[in-house]
Amino acid sequence: MIKLNNIHKSYDMGSSKLHVLKGIDLEIEQGEFVSIMGSSGSGKSTLLNILGMLDNYDEGSYLLANKLIANMSEKKAAQLRNDMVGFVFQSFNLISFKNAMENVALPLYYKGVNRKKRNAIALEYLEKLGLKEWAEHMPNEMSGGQKQRVAIARALISNPKIILADEPTGALDTSTSYEVMDILKEINDAGITVIIVTHEHDIAAMTQKVVRLKDGRIDEIIRNGELREFRHTYNKELVTA
Amino acid sequence: MFDIDKWQEILSTIKKNKMRTFLTGFSVAWGIFMLMILLGSGNGLSNGVASNFMNDAVNAMWIWTGETTIAHQGLKPGRPIQFHNDDYDIITNIPGVETASGRYFMGNTRYSYGKESGEYTTVTCHPELNEVDRMELLEGRFINDVDILQTRKVVVIGKDIHEALFKEKPALGEYVRINNVPFKVVGVCIEPESTRNRNAYMPVSTAQKVFNGSNRLHNFAITINGETLDESQAIEERIRTTFARKHRFDVADESAMGMYNKLENYIQTMRIFQAIKIFIWIIGIGTLIAGIVGVSNIMLIVVKERTKEIGIRKAIGASPASVIGLILLESILITTLAGYIGLVLGTGLMELVNYAMVQSAGDAAGQGETIFLNPTVDFGVAVSATILLVVAGTIAGYIPAKRAASIKPIVALRDE
Ligand SMILES: Nc1ncnc2c1ncn2[C@@H]1O[C@H](COP(=O)(O)OP(=O)(O)OP(=O)(O)O)[C@@H](O)[C@H]1O
Ligand SMILES: [Mg+2]
Repeated sequence: MIKLNNIHKSYDMGSSKLHVLKGIDLEIEQGEFVSIMGSSGSGKSTLLNILGMLDNYDEGSYLLANKLIANMSEKKAAQLRNDMVGFVFQSFNLISFKNAMENVALPLYYKGVNRKKRNAIALEYLEKLGLKEWAEHMPNEMSGGQKQRVAIARALISNPKIILADEPTGALDTSTSYEVMDILKEINDAGITVIIVTHEHDIAAMTQKVVRLKDGRIDEIIRNGELREFRHTYNKELVTA
Repeated sequence: MFDIDKWQEILSTIKKNKMRTFLTGFSVAWGIFMLMILLGSGNGLSNGVASNFMNDAVNAMWIWTGETTIAHQGLKPGRPIQFHNDDYDIITNIPGVETASGRYFMGNTRYSYGKESGEYTTVTCHPELNEVDRMELLEGRFINDVDILQTRKVVVIGKDIHEALFKEKPALGEYVRINNVPFKVVGVCIEPESTRNRNAYMPVSTAQKVFNGSNRLHNFAITINGETLDESQAIEERIRTTFARKHRFDVADESAMGMYNKLENYIQTMRIFQAIKIFIWIIGIGTLIAGIVGVSNIMLIVVKERTKEIGIRKAIGASPASVIGLILLESILITTLAGYIGLVLGTGLMELVNYAMVQSAGDAAGQGETIFLNPTVDFGVAVSATILLVVAGTIAGYIPAKRAASIKPIVALRDE
């Protein structure tokens, strides 16, 4: 599904350059549930943005569904994003003057689905996420957990192959975080690849594969079987902290 | 372009940001409103003045004689100049002169009928005077060529004379005594746009014969076929040189022979109004440009405010073109709508002023002394203003839309 080969990325900081990703090799299969961890500034968001075609890379190659993602026009990238990827953000990023249903329906607007149809579909998705009664509410009338569920519904509505979530639980308390993770798990069970960025070990421990970034390189990849050990390390980190 | 969904999307953003939309629209509405008021006032002023000119033929000219003030060909100044009937023949043959009427001044004339009598002005004339003064005949006819040839004792009297001498009785066919000479009334007339109709018209040949005028004439009223200022001045020049040679006065001697050229005055006045109109357009367009710049500025702020939203839209799958469309169409919609409101209010106000003027003027409206008439903006101007607005909206939205399209979603979405 996703094949990263020696990806480099640096940001121009005026005169100097900030080398953020220094050769990332990573393969993610269809239907995997992956978390990306690492200290602040290690390049997690940068990596996720490249995966989501929100940003381009300087070197290496990125294959998505066997298609090379490089030198695309903005229009093409927008189309591909619309078709392939659903985004979930830490700060929800709902449009404040649109109600829940309109927010969820927006990706379908860019797919050219008519208003009536897309609103009906949006309602279905809201119902799946237990938010049917909140369809007409504006984002500022909802709790963080509800907003994130609206955002997830919006990410799902265009039937993406991949859900990319940058710290989806970062702004939520523990129990709401777990609710959101349950939803993501369900989505993953339906066969959609889910990739999340997180700081929290307990959240990462709910995924099948943890990618640890350090200084712009992959430090380690912890797979399904090693998760037990991962939990152990995590407990140890808790103790030393 | 005409995608209902797109408009719904734009309308819903406008609806949910009413204050912003209002502020954006206001500057444009104001600009167009002012433009319409200015244009309407300008039109009113020039219509008013034009209508004053229009009471008489616009291509009319009056020529009269006086005394010389410049020595010429050995003749001393102070010599009186006098027109005669042969001058009438000369002037009718000058190229460019369409029609001419000569007048012999009668001094005071007393009109009487039965027991009623009064003093009125007698205008002695040729039938052609009607081309210049444009009388309206209530009954009967004006002086004609046969009257002139046969020196008939006939008279056309003004409405006021009719009312004073005849009261309710019909005057047509009756005989009035003018300085004790009986004349047959052949017509009753009024001068349109005038309140005083105390003139009577008499064949000039009859007047000369009956009242000892010999073959003398005092002035000419003519119409010319010059369309432009140059043409009309050329004709004026031709008349002046012809008479200067015949009556032996200096061509430059304005006192020997006076001329009033209405066309010349009309054209010059209209030129001033043309200049005023251009000036008004410049001010109006300036106001409008201020409006456009205002809209553009506000749209830029709007784009800045909506950076995050645009970033979200792009992340979700909005193409740069659709983002440009969103901002541009919003700008066009607001400018056009607001401009239209300004247009309606502006022209509405001018129509109201017009209505109030017509109402309050009442009878006085017929006096021909208005300097302000029909201060409205014509339909063509209103339509071009609307087109101007759409163009303005596009211009106003262009830079902000470009800016919006260049917003990178990662930058917009980065948490501050
Ligand atoms: N658009 C940008 N321009 C310049 N520098 C950037 C940009 N985006 C990120 N960076 C820098 O690149 C580095 C990596 O950023 P990134 O957001 O990927 O880190 P992160 O691992 O997601 O950190 P955090 O856990 O704090 O979210 C940081 O030092 C950041 O300041
Ligand atoms: Mg980050």
